[in-house]
Order: sequence, then C-alpha cells, then structure tokens
Amino acid sequence: MLNPISVAFIKAKQENRPALLTYTVAGDSSKKQSLNILKSISKNADILELGVPHNTPVADGNQIQTSAYRAIKNGIKVNDIFKIVKDFKKFDKNKPVILMGYYNMIFQYGENKFLNKCKLSGVNGLIVVDLPWPENKNFAKKCKKKSIYFIQLLSPTTTKIRLKKIIKDAHPMSYFISMLSTTGGKLKVSPKEIIKNYIKIKKINPKKKIVIGFGITEKTIAKLKSADGLVVGSAICKEISRSLKHRQNPVTNVSKLVKKLKYKIV
Amino acid sequence: MKLKKGIPVIDQGNKLGFWGGKFGGNFVPETLKKPIEDLEVLFNKLKKDKKFIQERDKYFKNWIGVPTRFIKLENLTKHVGGAQIWSKVVSDANGGAHKVYNATVHCLLAKRSGKKVICGDTGAGYAGKMLSMAAKKFGLKCKIFMGAKDIARQQPNVKAMKKNGAEVVPVYSGSQTLVDAVSECMRFWVANCDTAAMCVGSTVGPAVFVRICGWSTSQISRELKVQLIDEFGSIPKKLKLYNCVGGGSSSFGFWNEFMDYDKKQCEFIGVEAGGPAKSKKHAAPLTYGSKIGILHGAAQYVNQNSDGQIEETESISAGLDYPGISPLHCFLKDTKRARYTAASDEQALNAYKLVTKFEKLRPSLEPSHAFAVAISESKKFSKDTIVVVNSCGDAYKDRGILEKRLGKKYVKSN
Repeated sequence: MLNPISVAFIKAKQENRPALLTYTVAGDSSKKQSLNILKSISKNADILELGVPHNTPVADGNQIQTSAYRAIKNGIKVNDIFKIVKDFKKFDKNKPVILMGYYNMIFQYGENKFLNKCKLSGVNGLIVVDLPWPENKNFAKKCKKKSIYFIQLLSPTTTKIRLKKIIKDAHPMSYFISMLSTTGGKLKVSPKEIIKNYIKIKKINPKKKIVIGFGITEKTIAKLKSADGLVVGSAICKEISRSLKHRQNPVTNVSKLVKKLKYKIV
Repeated sequence: MKLKKGIPVIDQGNKLGFWGGKFGGNFVPETLKKPIEDLEVLFNKLKKDKKFIQERDKYFKNWIGVPTRFIKLENLTKHVGGAQIWSKVVSDANGGAHKVYNATVHCLLAKRSGKKVICGDTGAGYAGKMLSMAAKKFGLKCKIFMGAKDIARQQPNVKAMKKNGAEVVPVYSGSQTLVDAVSECMRFWVANCDTAAMCVGSTVGPAVFVRICGWSTSQISRELKVQLIDEFGSIPKKLKLYNCVGGGSSSFGFWNEFMDYDKKQCEFIGVEAGGPAKSKKHAAPLTYGSKIGILHGAAQYVNQNSDGQIEETESISAGLDYPGISPLHCFLKDTKRARYTAASDEQALNAYKLVTKFEKLRPSLEPSHAFAVAISESKKFSKDTIVVVNSCGDAYKDRGILEKRLGKKYVKSN
C-alpha cells in the first residue's frame, strides 16, 4: 500500500496545486484542544505535521517555542502524542500524519519502541530536526522497514555534493528550509529566490517530492505555489497564542486560517 | 571504552565526533552542518600551523598574561593538617578566569574565516565577559546570550560586557539560565551562520566546539607541568588535581597534559555543583548518575526526565548551573581516568570562608566547590601528597551573592 503521504502529493498534483502541510504542536494548548484542531483542519490540509514538544528546541523560533512550552506545561508526554494520532486516525484514517521533533525524545523512548508505537498509532512520516545525514542513515533504514518516511531536511547551506548524497538516500519526501533562520523567521529572501533554489534541488531527482517550509505565511504562500508542497507552522502556532490571549476559540480560528491558506494556493 | 595514550583526548573521537563511540557527535540542524564542517577544516589545519600557534602564544603571553601563578597555600595547609594544598591561580589571567583562552582562540579563528560578528553564551558571565574583551581586541562585533536569572545575579560581569561594547541579549525562555542561553545562541547562529561565528563557552556543544575549547584551556596544564617540575624537580609521586566541573572547560584544561600519567600518581577529581543541601535539584549529572541524552548537539550524561525533557538545575554558582556535562568528561568518567563528586551550595560557601580566612586568594563560587572537596579530603592524605586546586575564577562577580549569604565582612575584607 502506498504511504498516504505519497497519495496526498498525487492528489494535489491532480488538482494542479501544491500540497498544504500544517504544523501544530501536540498538546497545544491541551491534549483535547490539539486533537480538535487536527480534526478541524484536516478538511483543508493535505498532510498534518504534529510537533513533539521539547524544552531545548535549538531550531525553533518564538512562536513554536511558546506552543511547545505551553504543551509541556499542560502535561503532554510522548505517549499522549501517540494517543492523539491514534484518535485522530479514527476520525480520518487516510490523512497522513508526520511527527516532527528532536532526537533526544526518540532516543529516550528507544528507537525501536518509538517506531513500533508510530506504526501502531498511524504515524506516516518523521522529521528529526537534529539528526542530520549521515548520522540518520541507520534510523532512516529502520523507518523504511516500517513503511514510515524519514524526511530529510535540506538547507540553503547544504552543499551541492551533499545535496546529491542526501537525495540519493532520501525517502519519497524531503523538506527544504527556505532560508537561514529558525522556524517562523521573517522571509529574508524573496519567494523568487527560494523557488530558484528549490528548482535546483528538484532537478537532482524530479521524482522525489520536496516541500518548502520556514517563514511561510498567508502573505507569502501564493508566491511559492509551484513547489510540491508548502508547510505553514509558526503562523498557526501564533494564531493559537493570539486566540488564547483574546479568549477566543483556537480551534475555529486555526480552522479559518488553514482554509484561507488553502484558498491562496488553489 | 578505552583512553588511548599519546593521542590528545580532543582527537580521540571517531569520524562522526563520538568519544568512546557514544559521547559527543553532531546532533545539529542541517543548516549548521556546513558552517561546522568549515570550522572543523579550519581548526584542524590551524592547530598544526606553527605560525598560528605562535600567534596564539603571543596573545596568551602578552595579552592574557600567562603563565598564571602556582602557589602554596601555607596557612590553609597548616590548618587542614594533611596534604600540601597548592593552587593554580588561573583567575590571574586577563579578565579574571580561564574563559579567556577559549574566547581568544575563537576570535582568532573568526578573524581567519573572515567573520565580522561573534556570538556566544554565558552563565556566570565570564565566558561572555572574555568574549566581549577578545572581540573588542580583535575588532569583531559581539553578541552575548545570557539567561535573565543570571543577568540578575552576575551584574558585575554584565556591566563589563556592556563596557566592552557587546550586546547582551537576555534570554527569558525555560529556566532563564545557561542552558537556555546556549540554546538561544545556537538559534542565532542557525539564522546568521553566513556572517557570524559562534563561540560555545565551554567544552560542550557540537564536537568541534568541544575540541576547540579543550585545546584552548589546555594552556593551564601546560603551565602547571612546568611549574611542578620547577618546584619539585619532577612530577610529584602523589599528585591530586581538583577542579570544579560545570560544562567542564577549566577542569579539562587543568588535566589534559597529565592524561597519560597513571592515575595512582596523578589523580583527577572533578567537583560538580550539588545545589542547595535541601533541594533535590542539582547540576551534577556525573555524580548522581544521570542518563545519556542529547543536549546542544552532543550526546552526554544530562539531567532529564523519562520523556527526554531537560530538567532544570539549581546551584548557587551560575557557572556550574548546567544540566549536561562535556562529552570529554563523560569519556573520562567511563574510562575511569577521572573521579567525580559534588559539593553543595553550603559546602562551597564554607570553603570560600575558609580559603579567604587563611589566604590572600578569593576563589569565585565555582572553584569554591573544588576547594570544599579538596579541603575535606586533604585531611586524610599524607604530607607528601600534593593537592592542587584550580582557582579558575575570581569572586568579584559574586559579591552580591556573598554579601547576601555570608554578610558584608566577606565582601569588604577582600
């Protein structure tokens, strides 16, 4: 059976648009709320990234840090995250879910045990921010055995030789970091420049899907729509924070935002 | 796991940067892979380059003011009545602590790579103060990340950094101490690695930073070796080197040149921060058997919960208040080359009182931890045992805390 992540890309391609990937932090602002957000956005998002909150996130900007600290404060544990995914899959079993986090969480859980749990709860892909290539080779192989995509990250600083090597080992989806920044930074390069870099990478192996993330908002998303997929994370986390601050319902607000994002790329 | 002889410990890691196959490494975001690789290439080249070594030695001598003193603490020795207690007064160095060696080397490297900005983290404020000093000396713009809690408790060093023209960025996330400062500094580097160089303030972080720092602070033991031979004619038969351990930069540098000696002749004792006697929190992952985890790019023993969240630490000493520990020390612990123990806040304060009562020396709260253990163990040692404590920082920065905890006379009398 084809991984639902690949199915999502095929579907988006048929509709002549990039896949929309959303990122929310598991347990933000609570376990229940987090599940409800997933349910409410699944209609408009093609792939759901769920962040595994960590308290020393070296690559995340303010918005995602705030969400992560909020989730941890509200008591989220790794097992709760699997439960959220499992419950979500009962609601929408074909919607692909990717967990994104830092390696220590997997390391403490145990790589094999973690992957078994991923499989059981219905996780389709993994992004491990601080487990770069080639350090990730072994773990990526383990993922493959479980039919879980291990998603490689590519950056503007990744050299050409390295890009080729990574893409050769890459599973069907990779993630291109748009610019030198932590998550949620303001776009400091033009969308045109980002697409130019993206095309260079894409040429290495056109069959492999590459999504673009970091700094994408309602304002910039339309200009990047020639990519295979686009990830919006910090903008959503920010919306959750904003909703909580104004005592509004984050579920409806985030749902509206994702709908708008989708509208911009169709 | 084995320590090799004849090869510097900093070069004993494997291809991926792991000591003993499991400590250290490069758990970093993809964006940092290239800048780290560039730094590795540069450092590996320069550490073999005679001209570079000459340049380093020139600045160490003329600017830092090496060698620092090696003195006998006669009165303290008499009072304790056991081993001979000596001190390597590393706080003599320009700026008042060992952090100046690493800061200087990082600035020299940054200059060579054409970077205009250097960023760094700091806990006690010494790493930041020294980096700001060195950056000023070498004409680099300097940005220091410091936890808001540390900014409040180490004001003299904050003032010094600002005076040197550095921008001090307060970090409000998490526990607002060193761990968060390092994270924020790494984030800044992720976003600015094309123009900025990063200096990690201790023997922690991705492997190359561990190596650069260890290489820099090894100046301490190079001097000590000469001074010991000058004083005793040879390396003493019973030598015990006590050093506080936070990230582990001063202790590693204090021990490095003696690595190949048998530990029966030359024993290393690392003293971690045990925290307040009544608190369960501590900053002593080696002493209290913390599990291996990943923090700031490296695998190490680290205080964490079962889920892998890094735990908050507590110590009176901002410089030791770090949940992890250098991969080098994890390696030295597991190969049993060094022995690790902890001193509480109260024990460190008592040691400070005792040292300053008997000697014209005022160790900061960090080395006071080492003095606490050295003094208590020295009682049991024979008179021909040579105990050396690295007094790696000056207490000037701690006057606020000392005044509060011990009263005014302990600040004024010094």
